[in-house]
Amino acid sequence: MRLLALWILPLLGAGLALALPTHRIGPARIGTLVAVAAAHLVLVVTLWIVPAAPTLGGWFASDALGLVVLTLVSVLFFLTSLYTVGYLQRERPRGGRVFVSALLGFLAATTVVTLSQHLALLWVGMEATTLTVAPLIFHRHDRRSLEAVWKYLLISSVGIALALLGTFFLAAAQGDAPGRALILSDLIAHAHALHPAWLRGAFLFLLVGFGTKMGLAPMHTWKPDTYGEAPALVGGLMAGALTSCAFLGVARITEVMMAAGLALFVQPILIGFGLLSLLVAATFVIGQRDLKRLLAYSSVEHMGLLVLGLGFGGIGAYGSVLHLLNNGLSKGWLFLVAGNIVLATGSSAAADNRGLLRTLPVSATLLVLGLFAVTGSPPFGLFLSEFTILRGAIAAGHPWIAVVMLLLLSVIFIGMAALILEMALGTPAPGTERVRESPWLLIGPIVLLLIVGMLGVYIPSALNTVLTQAAVSLGGVAP
Amino acid sequence: MQTSQMIPQLVLLLIVLSNFAVLGTTRLSTCIRALAVQGVLLGILPVVLASHLSLHIAALAIGTVAIKAGILPWFLAWAIREAAVRREIEPIVGFIGSLVLGALALVLAFAIAAHLPPLTSSESLLVPVSLSTVMIGFIVLTSRRKAVTQVVGYLMLENGIYLFGLTQAASVPFLLELGVLLDVFVGVFIMGIVVFHINREFDSLDSARLTELSD
Amino acid sequence: MTWHAFAALAITLIIAPALPGIATKTKSVLTGRRGAPVLQLYFDIWKLLRKGAVYSTTTTWVFRAGPVVVLASLLGAAVLFPLDGREAVARFSGDLVAFAALVALARFALVLAGLDTGSSFEGMGASREVTFATFAEPALFLCFVALVLATGELSLSGMLGAALTATWPRTAAPLLLVAMSLFVLLLAENSRVPVDDPATHLELTMIHEVIVLDHSGPDLALILYASSLKLALFAALVMGVLVPRAAWPEPIALTVLPVGLGLVAVGVGVVESNMARLRLTRVPQLLVGAGALALFGIILLLR
Repeated sequence: MRLLALWILPLLGAGLALALPTHRIGPARIGTLVAVAAAHLVLVVTLWIVPAAPTLGGWFASDALGLVVLTLVSVLFFLTSLYTVGYLQRERPRGGRVFVSALLGFLAATTVVTLSQHLALLWVGMEATTLTVAPLIFHRHDRRSLEAVWKYLLISSVGIALALLGTFFLAAAQGDAPGRALILSDLIAHAHALHPAWLRGAFLFLLVGFGTKMGLAPMHTWKPDTYGEAPALVGGLMAGALTSCAFLGVARITEVMMAAGLALFVQPILIGFGLLSLLVAATFVIGQRDLKRLLAYSSVEHMGLLVLGLGFGGIGAYGSVLHLLNNGLSKGWLFLVAGNIVLATGSSAAADNRGLLRTLPVSATLLVLGLFAVTGSPPFGLFLSEFTILRGAIAAGHPWIAVVMLLLLSVIFIGMAALILEMALGTPAPGTERVRESPWLLIGPIVLLLIVGMLGVYIPSALNTVLTQAAVSLGGVAP
Repeated sequence: MQTSQMIPQLVLLLIVLSNFAVLGTTRLSTCIRALAVQGVLLGILPVVLASHLSLHIAALAIGTVAIKAGILPWFLAWAIREAAVRREIEPIVGFIGSLVLGALALVLAFAIAAHLPPLTSSESLLVPVSLSTVMIGFIVLTSRRKAVTQVVGYLMLENGIYLFGLTQAASVPFLLELGVLLDVFVGVFIMGIVVFHINREFDSLDSARLTELSD
Repeated sequence: MTWHAFAALAITLIIAPALPGIATKTKSVLTGRRGAPVLQLYFDIWKLLRKGAVYSTTTTWVFRAGPVVVLASLLGAAVLFPLDGREAVARFSGDLVAFAALVALARFALVLAGLDTGSSFEGMGASREVTFATFAEPALFLCFVALVLATGELSLSGMLGAALTATWPRTAAPLLLVAMSLFVLLLAENSRVPVDDPATHLELTMIHEVIVLDHSGPDLALILYASSLKLALFAALVMGVLVPRAAWPEPIALTVLPVGLGLVAVGVGVVESNMARLRLTRVPQLLVGAGALALFGIILLLR
């Protein structure tokens, strides 16, 4: 019941927000948004306390990996909804009627992705995320956001289409094998009865397809444009929640491949995509002049780390799952802060933002702390997860890859620090005054800061159990 | 060869020919017409492949033809009329080049299909034709500049996936309908919002003008 | 070698000049005009043969030899071709290469004669003719490869004869593709719309007509006859692939020959009435497309 309520509730909310008679985003729409987000979070918390049984013939279930992503999405969405309250006090997106509905539709779609055990259903959820996010990116209705939404729709539609082909290949691999068609647990249980040639094809198409939605290099080209043009809170949801869901898609097929004993086929491909993503991120981070585009390349980097961990296996897989959580939360945090900057100065370019520590002291402090968090400095959670992935590389017998990773991570740190510190320090342009920062706009980043900080020093045992279960399903072990 | 095998093969052959028609033409209206023809052929295919005609298959055929041969091409035709674009003037890859690429894709598709284990109880041409349609769609998508032609390429890619779905229609009943639905959503979104707005904002459906955002 | 091979050759040689007339007549009727008589080309050839020839002072023996070589090569090609659908007058293993080479030799002689005049118009036509041939010939060979694969025979008489009848039921689809490809080649090789327009005499747009501008009298008659023979050969090729006649009784096979050639000519006329001439730069694209069709046929046969 709860599994169904988790996605039907946001869907009803979206319908309600669309049906409300006014065209403005009034308190009724915002109230719906926050109420649904809160209810969603409460439902997710109950899942941790009392696990839910699979429903609808096993199509919906919350396994360890799905639960991690679902929790991430729910926390991020709730905090973003609070941020939206403050955001909408300052800015009125055109097509406001759709804005709240699309946000809630996005929540429903991502929830379906995390809960679905049927891979075609997972694909439907993924497709729905693309469609619900498009109006959010396009909210300004001008040339630049049009270009961004065009690139995003076209590239991710091709990606999602290839993923559908991959799903078909998977059905072909299943052929006469026992078990229900495309149900994850049955695929894993009878993995050795699957046809390896079709299975390899399925993996490649699903990796490229969902990898496009993740923004793995070289399918990342939509990312800087989209994140650069989307409102910051949408960018945060995409970089934090949407990419994590796409990674879940990659992880699902990886689970099947591992169970089928094709690890040796899967791992080099994952490592290759991961290293390429790090390389692309390092190349474009240097000399980047726009905060949101910088964060987009940082997202490419972290997607690379996620598949690297998956590719190393062992404790690398554990590191990957932990990193999924850390990266999602820290991306939300940084994008919300970037949103505060854009609200204050109307731009996220370095040229328009100098000396933010004086004009926006709280946001700027959060930004600098976020810089250290997102580049994997202690004591934040990302340090722990990146370190675990590096340990995974060495344990898997790839010390040189670990060295290359460290090198690229340092380059990325330098590139990001150069831009962010320039924006935070420096002298503000003459005539700029200190801006009052609304608490609605600060609560999200601060809570996220606290969570990411906590994950760096202490992982609750319940969380650790689930993370370990998820890692084991991906062919990994507990650290 | 029995006629029961010959008709599906003929339909698949015509699908490949329609792919090449899109690759080789400069005129956008011809592209759209070829796409519509392909849509009709895709609608016929489940009917001629089935051993007996069920209500489900009839509904699928009618839905496919209505969407792939009716609504979407009509929409595209409306878009080019609205924006007064007729020809793909300077493709990124020339027409001869893309024809040669298409032929290579065809060879590759058949080579790949020959290495994949055969699927039970389905037309053996289905897999290679599907793969080649996906590849040729991709070639059109990446080698043309006009937004409309790119959408045509995307829809061809979709059609290729639909063809592959036909091999799995029996084992996983919803998959094909998913593919058709994907068409509707993406069609509405890409064309409805974007094509219309690109026209309004840029006075042209040339996606090459969409170059403000870059590093 | 049998009597009906000779009979078929004789029929083809006699009716060849009627084929362009049929195409033109079809086009005229379909576009609502009366058009020239079907037998017009016979009258033209007869008229030209009675005239004297004028030779430019810049020309050499190459120019005078041209028409003769053109006709001789095409006659040679006709001898190798199984016009009755079972056997040619002469056959040997690999004669399909000889057939293609003779067709190419005819083109070569024509182009050389055109270049020999030293006129820029002829040079332009010659360059176009050769450019398109570089695209058309690979396509022709792809068609032959497909036929060889389908029938396992290496001579024209074999692959368009009994073996074709045997293989048709299994390989209908690829053979249809090959026939389509051959039909496109027919249009290109014989300077028909959409590649060239036989009705125009505007130098800047045409290919074939421009090469023969300087020919006159009996020379022109030979070239006109040779062109019609080339059209007949390609029509017989298309027809041979589409209608395997080896199993039919001899008289019927012979009667069907002129009917089939006439129908192909009608097909040419229908295309001409429906299409405009392509821009010159688009012609290679059409020929590559024809090659792609044949290649697709080969792929299907190799499966």
